Amino acid sequence: MSKTSPVELDKVVIRFAGDSGDGMQLTGSQFTYTSAMLGNDLATFPDFPAEIRAPQGTVEGVSGFQVQIGKVDIYTPGDRADVLIAMNPAALRSNIDWVRKGGNIIIDTDYFEDRNIKKAGYETNPLEDGSLDDYKIIEAPITSLTKTALKDIDLDNKSIVRCKNMFALGMMYWLFDRSRNETVKFLESKFRKYPVLIEANKKALDAGFNYAITIRAIASNYKIPPAKIEPGLYRHISGNQATAWGLLAAAEKVGKKLFYGSYPITPASDILHELSKYKNLGVITLQAEDEIAAVCSAIGASYAGQLGVTASAGPGIALKGEAIGLAIMAEIPLIVIDVQRGGPSTGLPTKTEQADLNLALYGRNSDSPCIVIAPSTPANCFQYIFEAARLTVEHMTPVIFLSDGYLANGSEPWKLPNINDLPPIQVQQFKENGQEYQPYLRDPDKKSRYWVIPGMAGYEHRIGGLEKQDVTGNVSYDPENHQKMIDIRADKVKTVANFIPEQKIIGAKSGELLLVGWGSTFGSMLSAVKELEKEGHPIGLVHINYLNPLPKNLEAILGDYKQILVGELNSGQLVGYLRQIYPQYKYQQLNKVQGLPFTITEIKDKIKSILNI
Amino acid sequence: MSEQAVDAPQPKLTKKDFTSDQMVRWCPGCGDYAILSAIQNALPQIPEKKEDFVFISGIGCAARFPYYMSTYGFHTIHGRAPAVATGVKLANPKLNVWEITGDGDALAIGGNHFIHAIRRNIDINMLLFNNEIYGLTKGQYSPTSRFGQVTKSTPMGGIERPFSAGELALAAGGTFFARTIDTNPKLMTQIFVESSQHSGTSLIEILQNCVIFNDKAHGAVTGKEGKDDFQLHLEHGKPMLFGKEREKGLRLNGFRLEVVTIGENGIDQSDILIHDAYQHDSTVHNMLIRMSPPHFPMALGIIRAVKAPTYDQLVEQQYQASVEKASYKNVDQLLKSGNTWEVK
Repeated sequence: MSKTSPVELDKVVIRFAGDSGDGMQLTGSQFTYTSAMLGNDLATFPDFPAEIRAPQGTVEGVSGFQVQIGKVDIYTPGDRADVLIAMNPAALRSNIDWVRKGGNIIIDTDYFEDRNIKKAGYETNPLEDGSLDDYKIIEAPITSLTKTALKDIDLDNKSIVRCKNMFALGMMYWLFDRSRNETVKFLESKFRKYPVLIEANKKALDAGFNYAITIRAIASNYKIPPAKIEPGLYRHISGNQATAWGLLAAAEKVGKKLFYGSYPITPASDILHELSKYKNLGVITLQAEDEIAAVCSAIGASYAGQLGVTASAGPGIALKGEAIGLAIMAEIPLIVIDVQRGGPSTGLPTKTEQADLNLALYGRNSDSPCIVIAPSTPANCFQYIFEAARLTVEHMTPVIFLSDGYLANGSEPWKLPNINDLPPIQVQQFKENGQEYQPYLRDPDKKSRYWVIPGMAGYEHRIGGLEKQDVTGNVSYDPENHQKMIDIRADKVKTVANFIPEQKIIGAKSGELLLVGWGSTFGSMLSAVKELEKEGHPIGLVHINYLNPLPKNLEAILGDYKQILVGELNSGQLVGYLRQIYPQYKYQQLNKVQGLPFTITEIKDKIKSILNI
Repeated sequence: MSEQAVDAPQPKLTKKDFTSDQMVRWCPGCGDYAILSAIQNALPQIPEKKEDFVFISGIGCAARFPYYMSTYGFHTIHGRAPAVATGVKLANPKLNVWEITGDGDALAIGGNHFIHAIRRNIDINMLLFNNEIYGLTKGQYSPTSRFGQVTKSTPMGGIERPFSAGELALAAGGTFFARTIDTNPKLMTQIFVESSQHSGTSLIEILQNCVIFNDKAHGAVTGKEGKDDFQLHLEHGKPMLFGKEREKGLRLNGFRLEVVTIGENGIDQSDILIHDAYQHDSTVHNMLIRMSPPHFPMALGIIRAVKAPTYDQLVEQQYQASVEKASYKNVDQLLKSGNTWEVK
């Protein structure tokens, strides 16, 4: 082991980058998992191409994985990397902008020959032309060292080369003073049927670790001690997995089967993959023939008395609009998950954006409001999809859940909730009390219909997409009835405000500036507000999870600050909505539509320019 | 509100038990009236509880159907009834699910859901009211309108070739296809009862008359003069005979069907094809479906009824297998499974 004792850091950002076949996602996940087990707080974000295997060595084919680990609270995967591992010139070229000046770059020099340098779009070798002078470069012939280390193993050359990611991971484990144990366990389980692969990968991992000690390219290795984390049982979870598990928890709580109708689409498909594993918990997944069938099958399942859920990204949500209107008209539960991605049209399938807020709020024919909520961290997708289930069941109207690619694929440690502590979900049961059942009778508080389902004797009734007469549910073309029903449906959604928590404020409770955001920008906004506070500039942060209806106290909060800044990853959808609902206030905007999350610096810079500091 | 015990004696249901209090609003003379009546006659003959019948429809004249039944009913959106019905059946496999659709609803806007429901063999009954026209939107051509047909949207005659619902269903792997006509209540009721006994997607094409926009579209088959010569009533295991004296029949000549007359050219009863609805090979079923006047009779009755696992049965099987294998029984156990760590 190294004789110098490791240098202690509060936090560090590491980025793994290579060809999409190089196993960078796996390498990053292993590093993350090991760090989580050590007690670091952390946040991750994978950055991969839309193409499954774009041509090797090209910039288009680069797959990246970023993780920030710390002994302090970590809210984002970090703005810029302190350490980049670049497995080839293309990985270097497409990731160099994400490395801070002065940061370390570990390079697999085996791939830095003319052909690959040209393929990556470089005219000269970046290792020789001085373009990397601002960084500390660690040159390591990772591929040839891996080959040497595995020369006695009975494997073909291709399989040996594929172990180079473990060599790189071994180097990182030494650099950041982490044990190899968890990864060894992982390899033993993953390749339990192929002992030779276990041996090969372990050897590569050890070789990388020992190589890092030997070369001492970095004067010393680093230590990131455990963070002060609330005691409890933890696991690592991504947004999509948390969404899937939150649905499982909600279905169990309400005593219904979970029906998930979905058509494959990036970045929502992982929810389908995840849920299809849990048939034993009563989950039914239907991979439908199209987006419309997906939502319609979920509507059918809800009509028949189970918890109907569908999911997609923007293009699919656009297709589901008419059916969501049907669920609004029929007043039955339905959860619609929109894992937003860059648009319009096919847009940027693997990149993140928050530009479907207007679609969720207004994207249907006629006046057809529905409940809209958004999670704000990968782990709290669990909490908010559970809320979506609670609201749709108790209020008998669809809920749109606005996740996005950044939350869906990002991950963080998650303290496991106690299932018994989750709030109850009450089905709207019809209670006779001497009155005869009619399909559009309503609960007096929530104004929702009762969930009476086929199979219940004596309650046979008809519902549908034609306008319904109040109470009886018979088809009605009466003008005054239509007005009344439109008003009832709107009122029903407004009434939900009585059944959601009040808006919380982070930071200053009043003063110069209120920062307003929603969804996945939470981590960067929170970090920005905390950093500004440390620098002596307290401001308030309101991060909205309940978007329709908005929390009742929001209007008053907005009035407590001299200026309001609304930040979002679109051209101004939340701000437009706030202007419409609370026109008495003046709003400033911070918008970005690049398929990328906000950096903390971008938010801080904007705030500083507003406050002239 | 609770379900009745399974062994409780069931009062005998009648047609009246399936008639809703809503005024039926189809045009006078519409074929839909006879279909509604035939269903209301059929349901009491099906051994199910009233509350377990569910009618799901899309959009179109036919789709108003659920409002006129006193069962559970859901009038959904255009073309999507198979998808809604699929969700209903999977959510509660005990339900007896009927989908009501028309030629535009099933074969144009809902074509995708139509073929995929059939491909999955989900256990539902599809009634396809085929009047070869768009009625509710007042007279445009449909996917089953004839080539050359003049309609509101084809003033110079249609230039699209029509779909054959039966052939489409068989191409999608259909396990049950029957055809009937709105002028024969007895046949309709009988087929509805039998189709409900079939496990899997039962498609019943009903040649239905739109008296306003496509009157007598099926006249060659349903008209008085055509009745004997242009209706072939198929029954499994019986020879394919028709004609006033049942003197005509079908035989195979090479790879083609041929109409022959018994007693002419040395033809006798033994030459006539015997209907085999249970044959998995759909070649003859397709030939029967394709027949139409004037050279052939229209095949009516149950043309195909073959056994295959249904989607809902397979879902249940996977559920059972998964319960046996799973190492966790609830969400709490799932959360704590696999890689977790304790922070103290």
